[in-house]
Amino acid sequence: MREIIVNELTQAFQQMARDIAHYLPRLIVMLIITLIGWVIAYLLKIVVRSFLRLTKFSKLSENAGATQLLHQAALPSSTELVSRFVFWVAWVGFVLLGVNVLGIAGLQDYISRFFLFLPRMFVALVILFFGLVAASFFSRAALLAAVNANYRSPRILSVAVRILISIFALSMVFEVLGVAEETMLIAFASVVGATMLGLAIAFGLGGRDLARKFLEKKLVQHNKEEKEDELSPL
Amino acid sequence: MAEETLLSDDFLRQLINVGEVDIVVGLSSHNDAKTIEPVVGAIQAGILKCFPRERVAIINADGGSQDGTTELVAKASIDDLWRESKVYALRTLHSISVRYARGPDPSKALQTILAAADLLRAKACVVISPESTSIEPDWLQRLVRPVYYDNFDLVCPIYNRQKFEGSLVRDLLYPMTRSIYGYRIREPYGSEFAISGRLASDFLGKGIGNEDWGKMGPEISITIMAVTAKYRVCQSFLGTKAPSSRGAHDVVGVMRRTAGALFSSLDSNFPVWSAISGSEDVRIFGTAKEVEPEGARINRKRLLEMFATGVAQLEPVLRSILSPSLLSELQRIAALGINEFDYPSELWAKTVYEFVGSYHKSIISRDHIIQALVPLYRGRSLTFLTENRNGSAENIQRREESLCADFERLKPYLLEVWADRK
Repeated sequence: MREIIVNELTQAFQQMARDIAHYLPRLIVMLIITLIGWVIAYLLKIVVRSFLRLTKFSKLSENAGATQLLHQAALPSSTELVSRFVFWVAWVGFVLLGVNVLGIAGLQDYISRFFLFLPRMFVALVILFFGLVAASFFSRAALLAAVNANYRSPRILSVAVRILISIFALSMVFEVLGVAEETMLIAFASVVGATMLGLAIAFGLGGRDLARKFLEKKLVQHNKEEKEDELSPL
Repeated sequence: MAEETLLSDDFLRQLINVGEVDIVVGLSSHNDAKTIEPVVGAIQAGILKCFPRERVAIINADGGSQDGTTELVAKASIDDLWRESKVYALRTLHSISVRYARGPDPSKALQTILAAADLLRAKACVVISPESTSIEPDWLQRLVRPVYYDNFDLVCPIYNRQKFEGSLVRDLLYPMTRSIYGYRIREPYGSEFAISGRLASDFLGKGIGNEDWGKMGPEISITIMAVTAKYRVCQSFLGTKAPSSRGAHDVVGVMRRTAGALFSSLDSNFPVWSAISGSEDVRIFGTAKEVEPEGARINRKRLLEMFATGVAQLEPVLRSILSPSLLSELQRIAALGINEFDYPSELWAKTVYEFVGSYHKSIISRDHIIQALVPLYRGRSLTFLTENRNGSAENIQRREESLCADFERLKPYLLEVWADRK
């Protein structure tokens, strides 16, 4: 009995020793890859940060309104955020590469999925950034045009333009990421449809008198203004 | 040469048939059927009266008019004038209309006229606005003579204006051009002007019309090019200018064509203007006439409302363009009532210079910067109206001089803003 136990223990220890001997080099390789990965990711972070500072990316992000959003969310500057993002993506990539070396079945599938997901995430981020830039540009253009045309509520128009473009950009981002595609599509269509229907009902029924008064006022004002001279700039 | 790309084969053929001329009169039109006939008539009368011995060609560069403008120019006959005036031109008066594009493009129109003048080897080229219904036959002589006989290269107009007209010229274009480029040119953006053949060739040769500022405001870019390249510039009193109906309703468009072009010109001309301090007089031909004052019903309350709304609503935009101290000063005056309202000239000069600095650094879209200046210009115009409501012509002139002096005095401030030290 005693011999059997000793034998089993010996075999178990031998097996463990064989397994360790089998995995140890792989583990060391993984650690080396992770370490090298950290160094490369860190260098990449410095390069990206310098490049973004050189190209005045923070100015662009400020114009796009992204800086304001980040500030409100107590996040670091856009330059710092992008360079940190690059660092983490690169390092996690190297870590997963290292884990892949261990040859653990099941994990490999997730790792390959992660690498396949990276380009989509990059495209989604680019769409989000340019969506924010477009939203900021067109909302500012709408604000300036409305102010110079002396409309009564220029900010509302500007905010509406910003929200519409942002929603459009976000729906595109979700579609690219493949997250809740159908839900987003239905939600987007519902929001736009409901807004239009709401406006039509509000103007056609609820605001009928208001609309009449508004038009009358506009016409009366127009006639009155015709009698006044315009300021001649040239 | 520029002609090769600007002029169509058919137009070239017509120009070759004309041969060489002494004077080219250019008209840049787009749907001007209502006003172009009397303008062409006045030009023809001016030619008969003042230049009967010279070879003259009228070139109408049209931007796709749909109202028969080109036909009216082609039909305009000089025979009736001959019968009326009993003066005969000794040369054939050529009149050519050309459609340079399907839509209006002032830069291309001017380049077409100048290319035609260059090809016809004209000594002088005079450009007349088809909207100038107050034109008199003598205008032609007043514009052409300094180029034709006195060897000047650019003749800028001086108009007799009602005191509430030309507010953008008075408040921005004149003082800024004067302080930046150092020449006292009263109307740097003239809808009528005359240039010499050599300046026209140089303008085309250097491709100024294809630069951003040349495309934005071809008229003001000619003035800027002439002063920066040290051409001989003078001014000539013309007469009463009919206010442009288009400008009053499209202040943003006017701002783009004038202030936009002026701001944009500063980038490439920095070595020239940064070394200039003060300003010098520019010779003036003719004398000013007294203008019969006309009553103008300008709604001052509406101007104040547009200024105050602009400052309040555009606060995030203005915050990126102006310094915090200047913005808070603007917010302070925007809260004033109509009787207390005052946008002082020094504050206005600083505002313009900070806009120039932001435009140079492209803080936001350059076009948005120009648009953001419009409500502030309205505020400054309101102060001008209030100050000069009962003022005499001398008082107005004194105030204009004071504004120009502020712009000149604050030029170092512009250089600081330009270099990003503020």
